[in-house]
Amino acid sequence: MATVTLENIRKSFGKTEVIHGVDIDIADGEFIVIVGPSGCGKSTLLRMVAGLETITSGEVRIGGKRVNEVEPMDRDIAMVFQNYALYPHMSVFDNMAYGLKIKGTPKSEIVARVDAAAEILQLGPYLQRKPRQLSGGQRQRVAMGRAIVRKPAVFLFDEPLSNLDAKLRVQMRLEIKALQRELGVTSLYVTHDQVEAMTLADRMVVMNDGVADQIGAPLDVYANPATIFVAGFIGSPPMNFIDTKQISGWTEPPCVLGVRPEHLHLVSEPEGRISGSVTYAEPLGAETLVHFRTTDGPSVTVRQDGAEPVPSEGERLGIAWKTDKELRFSEEGQRLADS
Amino acid sequence: MEKRVTFRGIWLPILLVLPQIVITAVFFFYPAGKAIWQSLFIPDPFGLSMQYVGLGNFEYLLTDPYYRGAFATTAIFSGLVTLVSMGCALFLAVLADRLIKGSGTYRTLLIWPYAVAPAVAGVLWLFMFNTRVGVVTWYLGQLGYDWNHVLNPHEAMGLVVIASSWGRVSYNFLFFLAGLQAIPRSVVEAAAIDGARFWTRFRTIVFPLLSPTTFFLLVVNIVYAFFETFGVIHTITSGGPQQATTILVYKVYSDGFVGQDLGSSAAQSVILLILVSILTVIQFRYIERRVHY
Ligand SMILES: Nc1ncnc2c1ncn2[C@@H]1O[C@H](COP(=O)(O)OP(=O)(O)OP(=O)(O)O)[C@@H](O)[C@H]1O
Ligand SMILES: [Mg+2]
Repeated sequence: MATVTLENIRKSFGKTEVIHGVDIDIADGEFIVIVGPSGCGKSTLLRMVAGLETITSGEVRIGGKRVNEVEPMDRDIAMVFQNYALYPHMSVFDNMAYGLKIKGTPKSEIVARVDAAAEILQLGPYLQRKPRQLSGGQRQRVAMGRAIVRKPAVFLFDEPLSNLDAKLRVQMRLEIKALQRELGVTSLYVTHDQVEAMTLADRMVVMNDGVADQIGAPLDVYANPATIFVAGFIGSPPMNFIDTKQISGWTEPPCVLGVRPEHLHLVSEPEGRISGSVTYAEPLGAETLVHFRTTDGPSVTVRQDGAEPVPSEGERLGIAWKTDKELRFSEEGQRLADS
Repeated sequence: MEKRVTFRGIWLPILLVLPQIVITAVFFFYPAGKAIWQSLFIPDPFGLSMQYVGLGNFEYLLTDPYYRGAFATTAIFSGLVTLVSMGCALFLAVLADRLIKGSGTYRTLLIWPYAVAPAVAGVLWLFMFNTRVGVVTWYLGQLGYDWNHVLNPHEAMGLVVIASSWGRVSYNFLFFLAGLQAIPRSVVEAAAIDGARFWTRFRTIVFPLLSPTTFFLLVVNIVYAFFETFGVIHTITSGGPQQATTILVYKVYSDGFVGQDLGSSAAQSVILLILVSILTVIQFRYIERRVHY
């Protein structure tokens, strides 16, 4: 078990810099999720912690010790890859035992540890099979098993669930969370799925184009996004952004207002702070998503209770919200202090 | 899904495969049939008449110490050629696989030797190791080693092995490199994180995953060493000294065309035919089925 510290990490491939200085402090036993859109540099960051990618500048410390020049095998980490990267010519047992065998762990202890991991992951019946004889979910478990038998100081996960179907993904997500709680191993988990990030993370790091836009507990990030990017990326359906120029009677300096769909209400046209017509409504049972086209503005989504009447298409309505629910952003996308 | 073109008539498909069949018939079935026929006879020295001897030629061959000697020589020779050419190729391929910059140039240079015809390669090596004017011989002489492959059977064998392996390294290199690049990077990375250093990774992950390629090359190289090295041996040693480099295919030539013993030569061809058939069967059974992990 260990702390992990990233200090002003930069990475360039040739002349292109893809990570522009990232700082993250990870406490012992903490579950950190790095989330961001495709290509923002999540995997690159994780691979630098693993030692699979050189660090262009900055410092990575594991357990307080600088590891920039340390080989992956000497960093006391385990990694679960997106495609699982199981050894195709070895049985499930040998896959899990590989790291221990190399370390020269006594045979009896290897068997005990692998059996224990197989027990936790319900892999008992499959120990003698080859990876190609397993389902996607089972392979994923083997990859997890390979990581946990070694009892490393840090777990690294690179989108471990993205090859699974939706139902299995939810199930494995819960299992990973439970496992990490039980083992208490510091974990760094990369995903592009914000739901995964919200449910797994003790703290999450929202990455945007090689920069960590915000680091914080999921609900804090949700309630208090630091940038328009974070506000728009976290939450589904995403936050609505309304230019103050659209709001008649706005007297303060112009800015962009961000309001979550659940904080908007439908009112009659004259009562609304902005108005528009319904483009379509999606009744989902428990809730209804109403999509609007505002007069000379972008579209806006309102989330209302499923019990409320569903407006018809083309209906003109107003939209209102409480001012304490609005977040203000500058034109450049930075959060402004609440007035 | 396999896509197949279907023809309505029978004549067009026949017409299309005809050239291949004709070539196979003229250059393979006819000579093979003739060799099998001839192996049952002993012609008189002037080629005027033939005497039927049944399997007599084969019986004689199998008890002939010289023929057995050629068998042993072939085994040693093809074993060494396969080992040297595959070993060097694998080593270079592993280096090239790790190389990111300049790998294109490196690859191109490594492929060149393959374009050199075996007989030409033989002559090149012969020049370098010539006992009187060879560069290598001179340097070896400076080091106090007296190289003479014309008299020393081991040196002769060494020289033909090197000359035969040299061009072959390119061919094997290409296959090994393709094989190495087909191994998922993440599997090797996972092994590195699991604690395996370079050599352990190579031994436990890379080499086993490369085994289909290795097996394929093993068969192909043995076939090469058996048959296609004729030009090299002919130019460098002509099978000498004292038959030390007379491999089976060279003996077919020297007994048949030099010694004019056509019956025995034909019988030797038939034995080679059987050997190559066995190798081909092995290759198809194991490689086409892709036995591995
Ligand atoms: N070996 C490489 N050489 C050059 N550029 C690279 C290399 N690896 C990654 N990049 C670039 O670095 C950027 C970040 O890549 P990275 O794989 O970290 O993205 P990611 O956030 O993991 O995306 P995804 O969610 O699609 O996996 C991308 O623009 C990518 O093109
Ligand atoms: Mg990635």
